[in-house]
Amino acid sequence: MDYHLSLSISEITIKIAALQSLEELEQIRLQELGKQGRISLLMKELGKLDPEDRKTQGQILNQAREQVASALEDQKRILERAALSQRLIQETLDITLPVNYGSLGRVHPVTQTIDEVIGFFGRLGFSLREGPEIETEYNNFSALNIPDHHPARQEMDTFYLTHEGERKVLRTHTSPVQIRTMLKEKPPLRILAAGRVYRSDWDQTHTPMFHQVEGLLVDKDTHFGHLKGCIIEFCRSFFDIKDLPVRFRPSYFPFTEVSAEVDIGYTRHQGTLTLGHGKTGQHGWLEVLGCGMVHPNVLNNCEIDPSEFQGFAFGMGVERFAMLKYGIPDLRTFFESDSRWLAHYGFSPFFRNS
Amino acid sequence: MKFTYSWLKRYLDTTASPQEIAQHLVDLGLEVEDIHDPQEILGAFKVVEILETTPHPDADRLKICRVNTGESVLQIVCGAPNARAGMKSVLALPGSIVPAIGQPLKVGKIRGVESFGMMCSSRELGLGEEDEGIFDLENTILVGTLLIDALGINDPVFDVSVTPNRGDCLGVINIARDLAAKGVGRFISPSSPSFQGSFPSPIQVNIQDKEGCPYYVGRYIKGVTNRPSPDWLQKALIAIGQTPISALVDITNYLSFDRARPLHVFDADKIKGSICIRQAQEAEAFKGLNDKEYFLTSAHLAIVDDQGPVALGGVIGGLESSCTLETQNVFLEAAWFDPIRIASVGRSLSILSDARSRFERGVDPASTIPGIEEATRLIQEICGGEASELAIAGAIPNNQHEITLPYDLLQQRGGVEIAPEQAIGILKALGLQYLTERSTPAKGVFRTPTWRFDLSIPEDLVEEILRVYGYDQIPTAELPHADYGLSPAHGLSPKQLKVREIKSLLAGRGLQETITWSFLGEEQANDFSLDSTRLTLDNPISQDLACMRPSLLPNLLQACGRNHNRGIETANFFEVGPQFLPKETLVCAGIRTGFKEFKTWQNDIKELSAFDVKADVFALLENWGLNPDSVQLSQGDAPAWYHPGRSGSLKLGHKVLGYFGEIHPSTLHTMDIKTKAVCFEIFIENLPEPKSSRPSLALSPYQPVERDYAFVVPEQVAATAVLKAAKKAEPNLITSIVLFDVFKGPSLGENMKSLGIKVRLEPKDKTFTEEELTSISNKIIQNVQSATGGVLRQ
Repeated sequence: MDYHLSLSISEITIKIAALQSLEELEQIRLQELGKQGRISLLMKELGKLDPEDRKTQGQILNQAREQVASALEDQKRILERAALSQRLIQETLDITLPVNYGSLGRVHPVTQTIDEVIGFFGRLGFSLREGPEIETEYNNFSALNIPDHHPARQEMDTFYLTHEGERKVLRTHTSPVQIRTMLKEKPPLRILAAGRVYRSDWDQTHTPMFHQVEGLLVDKDTHFGHLKGCIIEFCRSFFDIKDLPVRFRPSYFPFTEVSAEVDIGYTRHQGTLTLGHGKTGQHGWLEVLGCGMVHPNVLNNCEIDPSEFQGFAFGMGVERFAMLKYGIPDLRTFFESDSRWLAHYGFSPFFRNS
Repeated sequence: MKFTYSWLKRYLDTTASPQEIAQHLVDLGLEVEDIHDPQEILGAFKVVEILETTPHPDADRLKICRVNTGESVLQIVCGAPNARAGMKSVLALPGSIVPAIGQPLKVGKIRGVESFGMMCSSRELGLGEEDEGIFDLENTILVGTLLIDALGINDPVFDVSVTPNRGDCLGVINIARDLAAKGVGRFISPSSPSFQGSFPSPIQVNIQDKEGCPYYVGRYIKGVTNRPSPDWLQKALIAIGQTPISALVDITNYLSFDRARPLHVFDADKIKGSICIRQAQEAEAFKGLNDKEYFLTSAHLAIVDDQGPVALGGVIGGLESSCTLETQNVFLEAAWFDPIRIASVGRSLSILSDARSRFERGVDPASTIPGIEEATRLIQEICGGEASELAIAGAIPNNQHEITLPYDLLQQRGGVEIAPEQAIGILKALGLQYLTERSTPAKGVFRTPTWRFDLSIPEDLVEEILRVYGYDQIPTAELPHADYGLSPAHGLSPKQLKVREIKSLLAGRGLQETITWSFLGEEQANDFSLDSTRLTLDNPISQDLACMRPSLLPNLLQACGRNHNRGIETANFFEVGPQFLPKETLVCAGIRTGFKEFKTWQNDIKELSAFDVKADVFALLENWGLNPDSVQLSQGDAPAWYHPGRSGSLKLGHKVLGYFGEIHPSTLHTMDIKTKAVCFEIFIENLPEPKSSRPSLALSPYQPVERDYAFVVPEQVAATAVLKAAKKAEPNLITSIVLFDVFKGPSLGENMKSLGIKVRLEPKDKTFTEEELTSISNKIIQNVQSATGGVLRQ
């Protein structure tokens, strides 16, 4: 019996290794190890043997059972692995098929640029104030030391309208926000205003609506040297050129006395404009910003005593800054809502540069 | 304002080059827009003599010239018919750039004969239109002379942009004074001639409008011979872009640019009786020198003779009284007109003239008599004649101010230490008078010069001193940190930050931010207004931009339409900007057009629906910090441009937060939009102030439980009614309710629908027991039943 059993066990394990389906494996398992299986039945016979034989036969049978079980287990694993490989082959996709991952929208370059300007001055303690776009003539002109017949008032190409029975203007600059703020809040002040402004002019370099950002600082000691330092730092930081040439040029604005226009250096090579002093140091100047010390009349108009307080103001065109920094060639395209333009010049909502 | 280098040097003794002058002008605040230097373009061309011409062997029209350049004799091939031996002309040598060619010239062979240069015509050098041959210059000109010297055009022209406060710099003399103050040279004061008239002026002067014209001086000059101006005067005017007319006219023009002193010269024989300065009468007719007819009003300032207007004071002369070459007697006018009056007259008649641009900025009142005397001198020099005594009316207005400057103001405002002596020196050089006896070491008293209208307060003097001292010399200072806790580092209020956030949010949802005009055409304004109030511009730039927009949607719809026309079928935009109803309010509006998704291998085409913008809106509101459940959503009350059955309005208490939905088919038709359009409008000012703090977080460690229910309700019951009723059962424990199924079918009965909801319950302090769950379930079922009549589907 010993011999036969061991012989037939090795036959069985060989047979098992040749099986190709889980069903057949199960059949063999039942034949050998099931309740009525061959080995199980032989185990039941053990009780009839004397203790000595029972021991040796028991060992043999246990060994046989383990051999069969492990052969079954091995073959099962082999078959499962083969089946999985088969399944994986069947499940293969053409991963080159295009997918629709949705399209990300864009933030307008005007928004991005205003963010960047606010970001810079925000760190210096300036904070944004707001005001209406339909303004009184007083806030837009008179309070800013631009009297009725002043040429500066005529040159601004103002839009007029009647609102609530009163003659109003579409603000020609963001400066009325300065007036509103100074009338409401008391110095020291560091504020910004940003938004739409309107002038009746439409050609290659003008649109009837555009955007400005401006700043105002009022305290007791801030002077023209601070204004210079602050604006130079801003221009270099905004355009990210650490040695950008910045020049202050005397100019005239009714609302500042000690007024300046600010130019930055640029070079032009084969029609391409590059900011900075260029390789040779020979560069031209590009006007980017107006600024100055707040005119005492403006402070007076806002019930701030100019013998006690002083400060500076500055203002810039947002589109111009955006065009220079981001290489946008044509002002008029800012307001055309061309989806392709927005996709190209707009900013990802996740972009941060301020 | 244009002037030439040589003109400037009449008043400025300087060795500075034109480039250096330009730099100083910029530093002084006189922005140089351009310097046109003939030397740069034409400096290479010299006068030569043709010694001999022989015919070209292979070309009938060409000649071979032997040309003397003064240094050598060259062979030049030339095709000009006027080339002849003994002629003085102009040669371009190899390497030079002839303006009409634009490239360096090379030695070349013309029909086999070498030519070592090119004889030039005035057209080829950009100096004339005609081209009848090469330059044929005066024979007296020496060989080797620079062409620009031979022509007397070796004189750079400056074009300076003068700010509105500096009317005085519309005269060369005052530009020279600024430069001298800057140390660029010595200012040369003009001599002031004075004529004792030999007879009283036969034309008398009388001022009626003393406000418009406080001061008027006239002079009769008899027996003049008008003629073309002499060469120097013509060249001076041509160089700055003026057209010489005749000596009498050119002299007054010249002084306008030279001294910023406009004058006028009448043909005295065309003046009837005497001159009077008065308000024009209503509808009085006047023909200007520009050949245009004007009908005046009492706002205009007329200079009249006994028959009517002969000039518009300070703005333009009259055609009928103007001088011609036949003029024999003239009446010369120098006056001072009120700047505001001149500005408004000029503006109301849209007349731009050199006189207006000077008078409206302010002309030196003290230059009235010196101006007329200088004009007299020039007229007598060029045209002869005998001058009368001056006819004077009114008095010179006083426009001078006395200003006390505390010297420490320079440091206080300018941030720079400037010694009082230096400050005094600068102001004196600019023409201010230093009043020694009234000044102290700490403050100076100064009287402003008559030609400056922009100096009245100490700060004005600070600017003058800094400007001449040099802005570039002022040391920069670092702005001290704000020691007052004004704002967070980003400079934005919580609400401004939220607005910025929703821009990113909407861009993240696939919408492009756009910016459209704040105005639109009246028809569109009417289609998008809640009532008949319209806010219209008095002076729109065009009719389709005449109204302030009552909504952002028409512009957004048009923007989509334009993109559709370019073949971009899906245009999705948002804009944050004002609307005017007529109250100005900040709105965030969005639009989706075309299709939600096109057909792909994965899915069929997906149509847009109101739910797509509803999703945008609720994402926005939730990001704002609003609990979506607290927002009341109602149907059928959105404005008329929405589809009544496919739109909703959102309220929080009494405040309308916004609208969303599909655009009304009629509106789409009017706006010529071919696709479906779904839109939203959110009124940012009606959103609550964003919360800056958040409650503390309490996370439940207990297992949440989900229960499904299906309620059969009448079809007209709004889904929210069921959701709200269910939520009300346990508002604190129910953390979400998802509507997973909407079913209609005959099995439910007529006009009934079934709504399947999944309720998620999160226990707070212990796991739910079965009894608790049953009790909550019952409460949900009862609530829904009592609120909507819905019953649990069997």
